[in-house]
Amino acid sequence: MVLKAFFPTCCASADSGLLVGRWVPEQSSAVVLAVVHFPFIPIQVKELLAQVQQASQVGVTVLGTWCHRRQEPEESLGHFLEGLGAIFSHKPWFQLCRERGSKSWSCKATHWQGPTSHAASGEDQVMLIFYDQRKVLLSQLHPPAVLPDRQAGDTTASAGGLAAVFDTVARSEALFQSDRFDEGPVRLSHWQSEGVEASILVELAKWAAGPVCLLLACLLSLVSAASACRVFKLWPLSFIWSKLSTCEQLRHRLEQLTLIFSTRKAKNPAQLMRKDLIGQLADALIPVADHVAKELQHLLQWLMGAPAGLKMNRALDQVLGRFFLYHIHLWISYIHLMSPFIERILWHVGLSACLGLTVALSILSDIIALLTFHIYCFYVYGARLYCLKIHGLSSLWRLFRGKKWNVLRQRVDSCSYDLDQLFIGTLLFTILVFLLPTTALYYLVFTLLRLLVVTVQGLIHLLVDLINSLPLYSLGLRLCRPYRLAAGVKFRVLEHETGRPLRLLMQINPLPYSRVVHTYRLPTCGCHPKHSWGSLCRKLFFGELIYPWRQRGDKQD
Amino acid sequence: MEDEQSFSDIYGGRLALQRRCYSPSCLEFCLSCPRITLRSLTAVTCTVWLAAYGLFTLCENSMILSAAIFITLLGLLGYLHFVKIDHETLLIIDSLGIQMTSSYASGKESTTFIEMGEVKDVVINEAIYMQKVIYYLCILLKDPVEPHGISQVVPLFQGGRRQDHLCIQQKVSLGDGGILASSGRQK
Repeated sequence: MVLKAFFPTCCASADSGLLVGRWVPEQSSAVVLAVVHFPFIPIQVKELLAQVQQASQVGVTVLGTWCHRRQEPEESLGHFLEGLGAIFSHKPWFQLCRERGSKSWSCKATHWQGPTSHAASGEDQVMLIFYDQRKVLLSQLHPPAVLPDRQAGDTTASAGGLAAVFDTVARSEALFQSDRFDEGPVRLSHWQSEGVEASILVELAKWAAGPVCLLLACLLSLVSAASACRVFKLWPLSFIWSKLSTCEQLRHRLEQLTLIFSTRKAKNPAQLMRKDLIGQLADALIPVADHVAKELQHLLQWLMGAPAGLKMNRALDQVLGRFFLYHIHLWISYIHLMSPFIERILWHVGLSACLGLTVALSILSDIIALLTFHIYCFYVYGARLYCLKIHGLSSLWRLFRGKKWNVLRQRVDSCSYDLDQLFIGTLLFTILVFLLPTTALYYLVFTLLRLLVVTVQGLIHLLVDLINSLPLYSLGLRLCRPYRLAAGVKFRVLEHETGRPLRLLMQINPLPYSRVVHTYRLPTCGCHPKHSWGSLCRKLFFGELIYPWRQRGDKQD
Repeated sequence: MEDEQSFSDIYGGRLALQRRCYSPSCLEFCLSCPRITLRSLTAVTCTVWLAAYGLFTLCENSMILSAAIFITLLGLLGYLHFVKIDHETLLIIDSLGIQMTSSYASGKESTTFIEMGEVKDVVINEAIYMQKVIYYLCILLKDPVEPHGISQVVPLFQGGRRQDHLCIQQKVSLGDGGILASSGRQK
């Protein structure tokens, strides 16, 4: 196999010295981590390497020599370098050489047969692969296909060649702590030698972040202590809290904020509501509510007439129609009573929308629910009436056939009725059957309206879920520092001269955005409807009330 | 050393295969796909604009014409950036792996690298397209769980679709057979 030497680009301009790194025999590749400069004492170098090996569990050794000179090395230097090979014995021994100011490199790898037979040492072909040490150190490789039935522990044992390189560099932090400018016994060159990354603003922000985070964490703990107080657990308030989606979202946001400020990460919330928007929204709400009420009135007038050419039972029709019209009248008066205060209330509620777009959407969903409360009431009335009628009809139908429902055995049994029971039962059955179309029509109309409102609210909830589960930090990282999330690597062949070793540049291939979202998706609340389509249709047919979604952490009613 | 040869795909477009040998352990094959022609571009633009003008005479709304212009521009940009591949490169490095790069007409490059330890074999697959049989090169990847199984089949040179690789497979297999065979001995 061709020998591969992974060489960091930051050491390409370093002075001559020893190559320090790890040798991976399975892939015949040497990963160079740093260069130790002359002068040095071999004992101290060995001590340092032993320390690093113990601290990082990486087999760091001296791999060879590095020579960066103006012209071809002299004979004495050549013997000196070979002598080093005897002190730090390693198979194979690499000798990298570069002429200062030119792009010609030379690389030899020799196998020592023993101190006496220098002439019999073999030379192998070497391929040089340059890599950016800082980027490889910070990067995280994402393997293309992770099979679900494999454990995580398997990966380290059978790590591919490139995963071994990334792993080596990432775990050798202990080696990068001392630099050639430090006053230690051993002077090293690695990625830190290029200059520690620093920016005044970033440093100031880091210093300021500590106290600010502490203050905000205290405030948040106060808020959560207040909200966990016993007053809010009393029945009417706890029922209202559980039904409003805004409260769920606020609770979620509080949890998120507590988490964020305790771990000192920066997050930029979206500021959506401006002051003049609130006024416009408040002005628009009342006419919309009026419009909805007027449309409902028209609908009821239509139902009280001959809707779609069907003939209704006049008396029942009038009763139901007037009953619902009175409700709408009450609702409109209530809205007009509230209208002076709407803007003030909305402004205070809208303040909480600075916690994010999701809170604003939840507020919108709750406003829709409150504005269409009368539709919900009509649906409940219609459903209850229809449900009663259906149950009555099924029971009387059994009586008509001479059967009875046995509650004990939970099945239908035959039963002998008296004549007067049969007579009254048949009469009632006939009445109910002939009143069925009217009730069914009212039920159908209001159920459709209610389903429409539920669909709109469901869409808003889906959008909120989507925004909640979007991994903004990972997407930002992929945008600004793409080398942190690596899907793999890519190679580029550098200028090549015959007789010189092949030189490749290894760059990091960033993860595509779709895979970033898929891998780092945050956990959603998972409030999907619990019914299938079949059970939904069954409930609709029998007039049972439907609750399309459950909030997080709700118990079943 | 460099080597260039011309072929044609099943629709008659010009393909060019270029081979470069950097060293005995590194080979590169570059396949250039047929370019976008002025005739097809003019045909598509004229169709879209004629349809928009027809709608305009029906609806008397001038927004349709502006919308048609936007659609044409955005569609062309999207096609050049996401669909039209200019050339594809296959770089084979001994004992490291195989790298496939697709360069799009807008300059975007998308690269995939497969390590040599994962490659089981390079084969020619047959596919039936309409009334004829076409051949394409693909790489078989090893299954980490089962030693004799295959986890994935990765087709090569997918940019110009429906290319018949039989005419170029001989060249590629003669070129890379040496490298893959030597890596195979090490497995």
